[in-house]
Amino acid sequence: MHIIEGIMAGTVHGREILAVGMAATAAGTALGLYKMDHERIPQVGVLSSAFFVASLIHVPLGPTSEHLVLGGLMGLVLGWAAFPAILVALLLQAVFFSFGGLTTLGLNTLIMALPAVCCHYLFRRAACSHREPVVFAAGFAAGATAIALAGLLNAAALVAAGESFRELGPLVLLCHPPIALVEGLITGSVVVLLRKVRPEVLEAPLLVPAAKEVLHG
Amino acid sequence: MIRHASPFAPVHARSAFVGRVDPRLRIVAAVALSVLVALADRFAVLGSALAVSVLGLALSGLPWRVVLRRLLPLNAVMLLLLLVLPLTSGGTPWGRLGPLEFSWEGLWLGVAIALKGNAIVLVLLALLGSVDATTLGHALSHLRVPDKLTHLLLFTVRYLDVLHREYLRLRAAMKVRGFRPRMNRHTYRTFGYLVGMLLVRSFDRSERIAAAMKCRGFRGRFYMLDHFVFSRRDVPFGLTSLAVLLVLALMEWT
Repeated sequence: MHIIEGIMAGTVHGREILAVGMAATAAGTALGLYKMDHERIPQVGVLSSAFFVASLIHVPLGPTSEHLVLGGLMGLVLGWAAFPAILVALLLQAVFFSFGGLTTLGLNTLIMALPAVCCHYLFRRAACSHREPVVFAAGFAAGATAIALAGLLNAAALVAAGESFRELGPLVLLCHPPIALVEGLITGSVVVLLRKVRPEVLEAPLLVPAAKEVLHG
Repeated sequence: MIRHASPFAPVHARSAFVGRVDPRLRIVAAVALSVLVALADRFAVLGSALAVSVLGLALSGLPWRVVLRRLLPLNAVMLLLLLVLPLTSGGTPWGRLGPLEFSWEGLWLGVAIALKGNAIVLVLLALLGSVDATTLGHALSHLRVPDKLTHLLLFTVRYLDVLHREYLRLRAAMKVRGFRPRMNRHTYRTFGYLVGMLLVRSFDRSERIAAAMKCRGFRGRFYMLDHFVFSRRDVPFGLTSLAVLLVLALMEWT
C-alpha cells in the first residue's frame, strides 16, 4: 500500500517514477483544490480529519490486524478533493508518526488518491440507488476496487523501478486481496448507514429503511 | 471521563536549538536535503547525509527513545530488503546457500536504500519533529503553498484531536455493550457503522463550523497570526545547512 521511503530512490528509473508521482499529485491536487470552493473547506477539512482518525482503527484480519485505509469511501464522499485530503493526511503522518519521508509523498498520494477518484466516477451512481443491496454492493465495490487499484499501482511502480524489484511486485500484490475484501465489507456498511442516516454526506437521496428493520442486524 | 493522551501532539523536545529556528527555513532545508539524498549515489554522500541528520537529531533535543521507536517499522522492512535484494538482483555472487546466490550488487543496493530511507526520514524528524502542526500550516502558507491547501491542513489538524476523542467515546460505548472484534461479518458491519457514525458526527460538526464562520464573515481567508521573522538566530542554521548541501553536492557531482 505504502511505498517505503528510500526504496524508489535506489534506482534511476525509481527516481523518474518519484518525479512522475510528484507531478501527477501536484496536478491532481490543483484540480481538487480548484473544484473545491471556499464554502466547502470546513467540510472537507473536518471529513479528512475523520478519515485520518478512521485510518487508526485496526480491524482483525486472520491472525493479525489491519488498519483501515478507506480510499474508496474518500472517493465517494470527497471526489477530486480526495487528492488534497490524502496529501495532507500523508504529510501529517510523515510529520507526526514518521511514516514515510518527503520524497515519497507525491508517489504515495498518487497511489491512494487516483484509485479513490476512479471509484468516485465508477460507483457514485450506484451508491445513490434506491435499493439497499445495490447501495451495499456499490460501497463494497468502491472499497475493494480502491485497494486493488492501489495495490496494482504500487506493484507497477516497484516493477518499473528496476530489475531487482521485479520479484517484489507480485509479492506486494499477493497481500492485497484479503485487505480489499475487508475494506469492501466495511465500506459497504458505511455507505448503507450514511444513506439512511445522513445522505447529505454523499449528496444522495435518503434511503428509506425497509419496514421493521433493526439497524444493527 | 475517558482518559485521553493525544497521539497527535508534537514530540516534546528537551533542548531547542533547532526548535528556535524559523520554521520556513527548516522546511526548505528538509526538502533540499531529502531531494539531494534521493538523487545521490555515492556511499560517502549517503553516509555523510545520515551522519548529518543524526547530528541534527542530537541538536533537536528529541528523546532518543521516541526516535528509535519511530525508526523501528522502517528498518524492519529495510532488513527484509537487505535479505531479499541480494537474491533478486543477479551479478557477482559473494556467497551461496544451496541453490540461492547472494550478489554484491543487490547487497549494495539494499545498503544504499537503507541509508537513503533512514537519512530522509531522520532529516524530517530532526527538523520538523518538534514543530506543532498549526505552526507547520502557517509556515507552509508563508512559503506560498496555495491557501486552500493550507486551510485544509489547518482544519484537518484542528479537528484530529476532537474527532479522535469522539472515536474513543464511540469505542467505549461499543465496549460497554460487550463488543469484541473477531473475524466475522458482524465485526466488519459494526466497524462500518462506527466509521459511518464518525463521519455523520463530523459532517454535522462541519456544518455548524461553516455556519459559525459565515456568521463572522468568512471569505475564504485566514488571517495568519504567526508572522515569522528571519532573525539573526537563524543565520548560523541557514549557513550551516547551505554549507552541508554544497559539500554533499560537490562530493556527489565532481
